[in-house]
Amino acid sequence: MKVAIFSTCIIDLMFPNVGAAMVEVLERFGCETTLPVKQICCGQPTFNSGYVKETQKVMHNEIDALLGVDADYIVGPAGSCVAMLKEYPEHLKDDPEYAAKAQTLADKTYEFSQFVYRILHVLDAGAQLETTATYHRSCHMTRLLGERTAPFELLKHVDGLTMVPLPHLENCCGFGGMFSVKEPEISRQMVDEKVDSVLSTKAEVLISCDQACLMNIVGRFNRRGEHIKVMHLAEVLNSNVDMDRVQYIDDADLVPGGGTYANQNQ
Amino acid sequence: MPIKTSEQPFLTRLAESEKDHFMQAAVAKAQDAQWDKRTAARQDLGNWAQWRELAEQIRQHVVRYLPDYLEEFADNVEARGGHVFFAKTDDEAADYIKQIAIDKGAQHVVKSKSMVTTEIDLDKKLLEIPGMSVLESDLAEFILEEDDFDEPTHIVFPTLHKNRDQIREIFHNKLGYDGDNDPQHLARFARKYLRASFLQADLGVTGCNFAIADSGMINLVTNEGNADLVMAIPKTQVVVMGMERLVPSLKEAEVLDQMLSRSAVGQKLTSYATFAGRQVDGESDGPEDFYVVIVDNGRSNALGGDFESVLQCIRCGACLNVCPVYRHIGGHGYGSIYPGPIGAVLSPVLRGYKEFGDLPFASSLCGACSETCPVKIPLHKLLIKHREVMENQLHMDHSFNNVLMKGIGVATGTPAMFRMAMGVDHAMFGPLSKQAPISTENFINHGGFVKSAPSLAKGWTDVRDLPRPPKHDENFRAWFKKHKSEASRS
Repeated sequence: MKVAIFSTCIIDLMFPNVGAAMVEVLERFGCETTLPVKQICCGQPTFNSGYVKETQKVMHNEIDALLGVDADYIVGPAGSCVAMLKEYPEHLKDDPEYAAKAQTLADKTYEFSQFVYRILHVLDAGAQLETTATYHRSCHMTRLLGERTAPFELLKHVDGLTMVPLPHLENCCGFGGMFSVKEPEISRQMVDEKVDSVLSTKAEVLISCDQACLMNIVGRFNRRGEHIKVMHLAEVLNSNVDMDRVQYIDDADLVPGGGTYANQNQ
Repeated sequence: MPIKTSEQPFLTRLAESEKDHFMQAAVAKAQDAQWDKRTAARQDLGNWAQWRELAEQIRQHVVRYLPDYLEEFADNVEARGGHVFFAKTDDEAADYIKQIAIDKGAQHVVKSKSMVTTEIDLDKKLLEIPGMSVLESDLAEFILEEDDFDEPTHIVFPTLHKNRDQIREIFHNKLGYDGDNDPQHLARFARKYLRASFLQADLGVTGCNFAIADSGMINLVTNEGNADLVMAIPKTQVVVMGMERLVPSLKEAEVLDQMLSRSAVGQKLTSYATFAGRQVDGESDGPEDFYVVIVDNGRSNALGGDFESVLQCIRCGACLNVCPVYRHIGGHGYGSIYPGPIGAVLSPVLRGYKEFGDLPFASSLCGACSETCPVKIPLHKLLIKHREVMENQLHMDHSFNNVLMKGIGVATGTPAMFRMAMGVDHAMFGPLSKQAPISTENFINHGGFVKSAPSLAKGWTDVRDLPRPPKHDENFRAWFKKHKSEASRS
């Protein structure tokens, strides 16, 4: 199948290792990848700051770029950015030119772990990583995108990996996009609590499906002089792969994602 | 205390909150306990998603037909011999109640917990009457009152910021309490004190959880039973309610009481759930004179507009109990009697952006509030909407950041500009970059990190290190190109 890579601005600007790992994993499972060059950003930095008018062109560009290549699916390495693309139909519902395109885009867009588990039906990606790790469950991926289980199912099957539960999994790390920049006084307290929670697990590695949250948490780790290794889930699934270990899962056995915030009982 | 609880600027309040380690620990502990209790109480009920759906529909229906339900409710109160007063502002409401107290010659007012009476600053207004005593009979509100009207910091647990030692101190200094700091002893002391006061009360003031339109009755839920005494003993009762606090009939009140109790305190139902009105023939207790004051005070600003759904709120406080920002800055940080996510949405609706424009930005938009809300108010979306009104419609930001944000809008919408940014970012970060200390792995991979950046990025580097971006020929797009050309060669 043909997959367009929704690279996200943060991977394009900062973290080539994450993008590369994602592409390698997807290709390993038979995806033919393309990288639409005109894509830039989902638009959250301005939209969530209230610059909604200024974000129209950003969303238009992203739609044109991602739909401009021949692909069955669009896959991105960030729960938050993918959730934003999924909200485009709502944001552009009164836009005669883009409303329908926004829906087309949203329908074929998936977050990386979601795609690997739910579309490719991979249960064991064949990875091996001899370490102890904990997982940061990002807010938009769980509450807005409704994907709470895919990363955990995939991590469960990484050979040699011991997962330690992260206390206060439900609390935001304090990133919040421009929030981290505009409200450092509050964000600092939130990320400090998150760093303390991670430290309390004594894990060697911190894993997430949102590189932006990781940039926040691990940036604080470095500032505090605390030790941690950071890995995006794609990098974990791309570690020491042995194709003999690979296992697939039937559609009927998939663990449901848990739904968006509207369906939760929390 | 009116809506605004502090004249200090936002950053000062934040700094004060951060120093209050007791408050932060107490909020965290309460939040953690409520995660368990609330979740269990909701699971216990079963079909939570459907209950929420129903509760949302009830509230939306009432808000849509508010004028009709207000009229029906008012007619029914009057048919039972009660009086209804519609107050446009806080002052109108408080002045009206003060006049009732004067006309009745009341000297001893007892109150049960009510956010809307706090909102209209009723206690202070009543105390202007010579010889008047006003007694808050909810234990937490009683503590705040005795502590010279300290500000409430939570809409359900107003004294969350005080510990038992502080409460003992207040009781000792103000009421001559000589016992220890055991909460049971403190509560018993307060109970005895309050009981005596109930018996001499000549005017009772309550809030209203829900007003039943088709019967003219009001519904109150408490765990202390104090509201029942406030209604049963004094000859005159004044009910103060926000104008949106209606339900069509008992049937809907029953649904919402469930949602409220389980969401607010993780209980199936509170210890007392009361439906009452003016004493009618054959009843042995209840007020002979019954007044209902229906307060607008800015609520109609929300009607028919982008913020209408905020009127669905049933004041359960669950959004405060899940909010990671409230967890750290507490009620004091918000500077409003309505703190947390609901406060950050509601306070600017009631009082405008000049006073509360900071609050909608005090959120990471994590969505925990929208997820937990039992009546499905899309709180985090309303926070973005407030930001949009401030930035796009009112153009309130005249700082350099405003120019930068617009620049980011242009840059993230123009492929050529983004390509340029990807080309120069490594070099641009060069002069700012440091090589050490690095305590993390797989994070700072491209020649150092930035510890101190100017302008908008300063907020980032005030708290965290920023890895230097990769060189142009080492970034993801360069990798992908190379990867594809290698694949086509092999």
